[in-house]
Amino acid sequence: MRSFLVPSILLAAGLAFASPGSAQPAAPAPAASPAAAAAPAAPAAKVADPTLDAAGKPLHTAVPGVGEPIDKAFSLQQQVTPTGQEAHWFHNVILLPLITIISIFVLLLLVWVIIRYRRAANPTPSRTSHNTAIEIVWTLAPVLILVAIAIPSIKLLAAQFKPAPKGAVTLKAIGNQWFWSYEYPDNGNIQLTANMLKEEGQVGKDQRYRTDADGPRLLATDQRVVLPVGVPIRLVTTATDVIHSWAMPAFWIKLDAIPGRLNETSFIIQKEGVYFGQCSELCGARHAYMPIAVEAVSPAKFAQWVASKGGTMPGTKAEPASTTAMGNDATDATANGSTDAEPTVNATATAAPSNQPATANPAGAGNTGN
Amino acid sequence: MTDTALPYSAAHDHAHGDHDADHKPSFFARWFMSTNHKDIGTLYLIFAIFAGIIGGAISGIMRAELMQPGIQYLPWWVAKLHGEGTFDEAMHFWNVLITAHGLIMVFFMVMPAMIGGFGNWFVPIMIGAPDMAFPRMNNISFWLTVAGFVLLMLSPFVGVGAGTGWTVYAPLSTYGEPGPSVDFAIFSLHLAGAASILGAINFITTIFNMRAPGMTLHKMPLFAWSVLVTAFLLLLALPVLAAAITMLITDRNFGTAFYDPQYGGDPVLYQHLFWFFGHPEVYIMILPGFGIISHIIATFSRKPVFGYLGMAYAMVAIGLVGFVVWAHHMFTTGLPVQVKMYFTAATMVIAVPTGVKIFSWIATMWGGSISFKTPMVWAIGFIFMFTVGGVTGVVLANGGVDDYMQDTYYVVAHFHYVLSLGAVFSLFAGFYYWFPKMTGKMYSELLGQIHFWVFFAGVNLLFFPMHFLGLQGMPRRIPDYTDQYAFWNHTATVGYMIMAAGMAVFFVNVIYSLLAGKKAEANPWGEGATTLEWTLSSPPPFHQFETLPKID
Repeated sequence: MRSFLVPSILLAAGLAFASPGSAQPAAPAPAASPAAAAAPAAPAAKVADPTLDAAGKPLHTAVPGVGEPIDKAFSLQQQVTPTGQEAHWFHNVILLPLITIISIFVLLLLVWVIIRYRRAANPTPSRTSHNTAIEIVWTLAPVLILVAIAIPSIKLLAAQFKPAPKGAVTLKAIGNQWFWSYEYPDNGNIQLTANMLKEEGQVGKDQRYRTDADGPRLLATDQRVVLPVGVPIRLVTTATDVIHSWAMPAFWIKLDAIPGRLNETSFIIQKEGVYFGQCSELCGARHAYMPIAVEAVSPAKFAQWVASKGGTMPGTKAEPASTTAMGNDATDATANGSTDAEPTVNATATAAPSNQPATANPAGAGNTGN
Repeated sequence: MTDTALPYSAAHDHAHGDHDADHKPSFFARWFMSTNHKDIGTLYLIFAIFAGIIGGAISGIMRAELMQPGIQYLPWWVAKLHGEGTFDEAMHFWNVLITAHGLIMVFFMVMPAMIGGFGNWFVPIMIGAPDMAFPRMNNISFWLTVAGFVLLMLSPFVGVGAGTGWTVYAPLSTYGEPGPSVDFAIFSLHLAGAASILGAINFITTIFNMRAPGMTLHKMPLFAWSVLVTAFLLLLALPVLAAAITMLITDRNFGTAFYDPQYGGDPVLYQHLFWFFGHPEVYIMILPGFGIISHIIATFSRKPVFGYLGMAYAMVAIGLVGFVVWAHHMFTTGLPVQVKMYFTAATMVIAVPTGVKIFSWIATMWGGSISFKTPMVWAIGFIFMFTVGGVTGVVLANGGVDDYMQDTYYVVAHFHYVLSLGAVFSLFAGFYYWFPKMTGKMYSELLGQIHFWVFFAGVNLLFFPMHFLGLQGMPRRIPDYTDQYAFWNHTATVGYMIMAAGMAVFFVNVIYSLLAGKKAEANPWGEGATTLEWTLSSPPPFHQFETLPKID
């Protein structure tokens, strides 16, 4: 059923550069046909992508310090989801002070015995080798501390587990060697492929390279995942070849993308912005080069973006559309798995020039052979 | 306690010829066909140092590459190894390096040194036994380990190298990487695993059956206890690894699909099997270190170990609980929430017996008369560094936190604090502690102290910034990183250089001491050293305890 695996396997050898079908243009480029863009809700027949300017450059640039690492920093990244903030609080207010206090306590005890019981200060050692009371204390005290940790910890797990409600936006992230492809099954099955943007000197003349507007080096992608703020997002991950992991530090999300499995989690982004993450499970040669970039926009802009991609918003036509679509996605795992991969495997090599900024995927800028 | 190092009378010598305590076989028979636990222990130690040099050099290559953002040296290394290669080959070579570093340090440095080296040398002596229960099996254990290492070293030369990570996760290790390299790495683990299982059987049999008269289990030195617990962990965990990687081999070569979802297999099955072995494995690497530290703390505090029974059973508890926490390595694989809750809670339980050990070591020093000889400073350093590594383990035990921390440098920092600063500190502590006993020569105290302080500064500068990188989200196992991670990576590489300078001092010390060290007395440490090895000469006779010592 998953015959597409074969070319992926070849890639995985760490030697294969051009997959057999590399000449194929970004085949089903879902949003490419203007006809499909005639979404009912759309104000115009041709909707402009609200995340790009007329030249196809990203309108929203990353803000240093938000959604990306900070140089010389000591702390966790700023969190923009409720569970992220809960976890951030759990780490910064409970765990970090606690482990710091314990470490300093042990250090002070050591310093004390080193000074007080050095041979010069205490020539005759005691012969004490038992003290039941103190042994009970230092067994029970850690138990109490651990219970104090366990309560918020279990709460956090429960909060993270909360399944996405009806009306959530479903994002399916598919790991491939070595790029991410995405589907929005509830939004007319929009599909996109995100390759890492290379640096100016590393690509051909007419190919797109990274600019600071795109994001930091090794983190910027040619296409960003666009998601609405304030709306629950259902993230579903899987993979076509080996295990990858979809990680977004600013959301406190890390979910392995495993071939043959669908993993699911949910989150709500509270703040518009651009957020960056990286594949977090060793997946072969270019594991370091499959970043994740999410652009969080207002729900209105998201609807506009969906329309520009030729997709539909679930609520616009028929109310129960969303539930059926969700049900579909959850149950029809293998079918999805096998159809989605074909285009993405090949999306890397060809420039696929397009005159439509909204849909153009100058994929050649991504992970070409080497 | 009887000192059997007393020379036999000349009359006996004639009668018993070959049974003389100090009759040593010829060079080849002694070192290549050895059945003597002390000689095999020495072989293991030499082997572990050799493997450690290679594993440490590999981490040097990695730290050099990570010193600055961008790819600097990897293409050059590939060109040296395989001729001019592509960018992908250079990136794959990075994965070969991380894999080799992990496997070498775990299977061919820490384990052989702890169990094969110190375990072989001192478990029989500490329990008053003349040798191990199965001396020839002991020999095959060692040479299987060597054979395993040879296979691992051949791996990058029979193909592109195994770039799977030391965890060898399927399907990257099955259909993800064709070619014989990964097969070599897997067979290497098979051999090392078989060697360890044989060794474990040997230790269990020896400790259960060959203790000197009067030495009950509850009088047995803590190092022997630690090796006993470790041997059980090996015996129960390694067959699971062997099964898991055998299925990898058949998936790779014989068309099975244990881990291939295309035909109904499941990649996550491999992770469960691997970590069912892998988590006890981390205790296998640290428990003998606990035993070593207990003896050193007691010796140099001139006090008996505080809470001996608590110390022994804390290790048993760690060993038992260590078998039921494995999935905390898999919090992001999509486990059900109840499973995550269980593994979070179970993992935290381990902190309790570990706390008992930390506090008991400090209580052993409390009221003592402490001298700060080199083994003692390493042991004190161990206690603090292991605490630091332990508390970050409590952070990582929380399944909810791992949605952020999993596979970041925070994890790298954590396990290097418990291994590179925990297990390795205990190895150095043990090495200096027993060096006079094993060689009959004193090490240089000055060089030993310099070694400690330089190494201590180096490893902390090397690994502490990795916490910050992890908190900022830097993933593990990447040869290049975005520029915001540059500062702490640069700092870490400077730390590596300082650590390497410390290692240079160590080797100078070893060579100097072997060549020109003062002659060591039977017991150079004084009244605090109470275990049986200090009743023997330094070095001990070729065969000890031909008359068994009696323990009151």
